[in-house]
Amino acid sequence: MLETIAYWLIGIGLVFDVFGCIGLVRLPDVYNRAQAATKCVTLGTCLILAGVFFVALSGGSGSMAVKAALCGAFVLLTSPVAAHAVCRGAYLSGVHLWEGSVEDAFADRAREIQNEQATEGPVENEEA
Amino acid sequence: MTSFAQVAFGVLIFSSLLCLYRIGRGPTAPDRTVAIDILGTLVVGFCCIMAVMTGREFYINIGIAWALISFVGTLALAKYLEGRTYDA
Repeated sequence: MLETIAYWLIGIGLVFDVFGCIGLVRLPDVYNRAQAATKCVTLGTCLILAGVFFVALSGGSGSMAVKAALCGAFVLLTSPVAAHAVCRGAYLSGVHLWEGSVEDAFADRAREIQNEQATEGPVENEEA
Repeated sequence: MTSFAQVAFGVLIFSSLLCLYRIGRGPTAPDRTVAIDILGTLVVGFCCIMAVMTGREFYINIGIAWALISFVGTLALAKYLEGRTYDA
């Protein structure tokens, strides 16, 4: 019973992974791609890890179950943070939104950040 | 069980190829960074299915280490992107 649930979880996770990667290829700009791919692939990988957790639990391998749970919690915490940082870096480095986008909530804050950087003096990476 | 794992590996390899397409195609540096991050997360899932299939526990250790290093590397790339101008 537990093993059946585990294989279903792994299967659903794989479906989420594939749809996330299709979103990564099909969507028009970096922000859309990042949100589609990050959400789907994070959930998919966490479901796979949950399935591995239940397989290990039904197989009586306690340490493997603990490691799978740990790895799942870690992926769930770090993957959105990394995607957020990359999108912020992309916006500040001047990548434009897709022309069909309807709202740009970060525009004011980005201008403030760029003004702060401009008043702080020359950027150290100027020559590169 | 073996055929289930084969299907799972096939699906994950297909997803990884889609990621590799985005890494190769671009068109901007953040696109590639996002795709590299996603590829790292897929590899973690790959390692865990490998651990279940072979029954060897150390594959999950590889997955944990890969998740850690992938996170730190992506943050470093994001910081690098913030300090530079657009490099299409």
